[in-house]
Amino acid sequence: MDLIESYREELQLIRKPWTRVWVGALVVALVLLPYFTPEHLVYVATIVSIYAIGVQGQNILIGYTGQISFGQAGFLAIGAFTFGHLTRLGLPWPVTLLFAGGISGLFGVLVGFPSLRLKGPYLAIATMGFGIAVYQIFANSEVLSGGRMGLTVPKLTPPFGLSKIAFMYYFNFSIALLMTLATYNIISSYMGRAFIAIRDNDIAAEVIGVNLTRYKLLSFAISSFYTGVQGGLYALFIGYLEPNMFTFMESITLFVAVIIGGLASVEGSIMGAAFVILVPQMFSSFKEMIPVVFGVTILIILIFEPLGLAGRWFKMRLYFRNWPFR
Amino acid sequence: MEQFFSYLISGLSTGSVYSLVALGLALIYRSTRILNFAHGDIATAGTFVAFTLLTMRAPFSLAAIVAILFGAILATGFYFVILVPAQRRDATQLGQITLTLGLGLILQGLILYFGGAEPQSFPFPLSEFKLYKIGEIHISQLSLGTLGISLMACLLFYLLVQKTRLGLAMRATSENLQAAQTLGIPTRRVLALSWGLAAGLGVLAGLFLAPALLLDPFFMLEPFLKGFAAAILGGLNSLPGAIVGGLILGVAEALTGGFISIAFKNTLAFLIIIVVLLVRPEGLLGVEFKERV
Repeated sequence: MDLIESYREELQLIRKPWTRVWVGALVVALVLLPYFTPEHLVYVATIVSIYAIGVQGQNILIGYTGQISFGQAGFLAIGAFTFGHLTRLGLPWPVTLLFAGGISGLFGVLVGFPSLRLKGPYLAIATMGFGIAVYQIFANSEVLSGGRMGLTVPKLTPPFGLSKIAFMYYFNFSIALLMTLATYNIISSYMGRAFIAIRDNDIAAEVIGVNLTRYKLLSFAISSFYTGVQGGLYALFIGYLEPNMFTFMESITLFVAVIIGGLASVEGSIMGAAFVILVPQMFSSFKEMIPVVFGVTILIILIFEPLGLAGRWFKMRLYFRNWPFR
Repeated sequence: MEQFFSYLISGLSTGSVYSLVALGLALIYRSTRILNFAHGDIATAGTFVAFTLLTMRAPFSLAAIVAILFGAILATGFYFVILVPAQRRDATQLGQITLTLGLGLILQGLILYFGGAEPQSFPFPLSEFKLYKIGEIHISQLSLGTLGISLMACLLFYLLVQKTRLGLAMRATSENLQAAQTLGIPTRRVLALSWGLAAGLGVLAGLFLAPALLLDPFFMLEPFLKGFAAAILGGLNSLPGAIVGGLILGVAEALTGGFISIAFKNTLAFLIIIVVLLVRPEGLLGVEFKERV
């Protein structure tokens, strides 16, 4: 890692001038994506940016704060259905999106309360129970789930004569970009350091003066806010909701994305999101093999590269920077 | 009142299967602190092996034994090939739990590929529709058999753990790994055996659940989650707790399904998980940490 000499430098998102160029080039390339790629790829990129939001949220909780959650599908469902119902009431999308995030954040605080007493596997089970209970409540209640036909969510009309797909891409990409910036800032602020302290040793963190109750709950709230926003955007993108989209498998997918991308890494979250979306796209002719690919990747990553894709990326950069020394 | 008793009996019979699943989970958690998320999938794989043998006209007892052995070997293999190398590389607890999740995903995909997604009916020597009458209560042959075999398996398991040298070694290993190693107990082999036993119990549960539910690649997911709930209810690191928790959960489900609402029946298990973890995280019979915030 680099030597950091001042607090100002610590807060900087990009430390080297060349990195600035690379990141700028990447963002420009992503903005121009709809002009030089087929529509199908733009569609996939849209889903990746939606997922990247949720995976970042999950990573704040699992990777940075060290609290396991297997209940993300519950928050996703709450966010998506809040968005769906409020949009049908005729509220504009920025308000509904905030509500989708906010209400699932509230539920995040509720689920966070057990986390104050529970640790490790017990927390995993409690959150898993929450996720499945939410799914079953939606599945059994026609008022909440919009009945047998599902809930249709009205789509936005694209301005400036953009095509529908390009507009959805820009819309979701810009929100994902904003959320990514927010994540970077959360991580490098006092809050993020408090989360990391809790992960590394909660008693030591408390002794130093981190309020455990507040920061654990905050971590849950932020993570489920992200997931709620993801649910809202997903609802808007697909335009149709039913409880079966939010089964336990969905929680697993988000969790797999975090593990494969790399714990405690924002770039890793984005890579993980890309992985869980792109692999099923590539293997679309062998649908049965998708879980196998996920499973094998998990095994390989956990045994050989516990830091995930982000860790590999970091090691590659280090190798080239130090070349010819090792 | 008759109705109450018939619900009680059918609840006990389902509950005994939950107990088997919970026993496997608790056994692994107790000795290695790992939640085995692949438990349901190993059981499904075993049941599919039994199904394939039965379609090849093998006798049921042979198919059942082969299936249980298959599950046991699968789990032992997983322990030796994947978990031990991961532990050598200092995998965290979360990492090890995630490894079982990975195994579960792989098995799920393979079962889907080889077994097909169509639900199939599982040929079983005991019938669900043949009823016996005891006093005023009707009880089907299947649930009577399930109850009998499960309770017998629990009893055998109890005798193994409490009365044999092997059981003593297992208890020592789960109590304190280092001390057990110092005393010359081959802990790695004992742990591998625990994994095998747990998987065998899971496959046994799968065999008894398959005739009532239809056999498809995801049929063990719900019983597996309920086994989890049962293990939590009884206390994750207590073996008698797992049995008691399973029976209580089964009866509670049957009673809510019969008297309150069928829709609420499936949610009950997850509510139990949340409430137990909030009120008494160590479960009914478990003894573990207390932590204040």
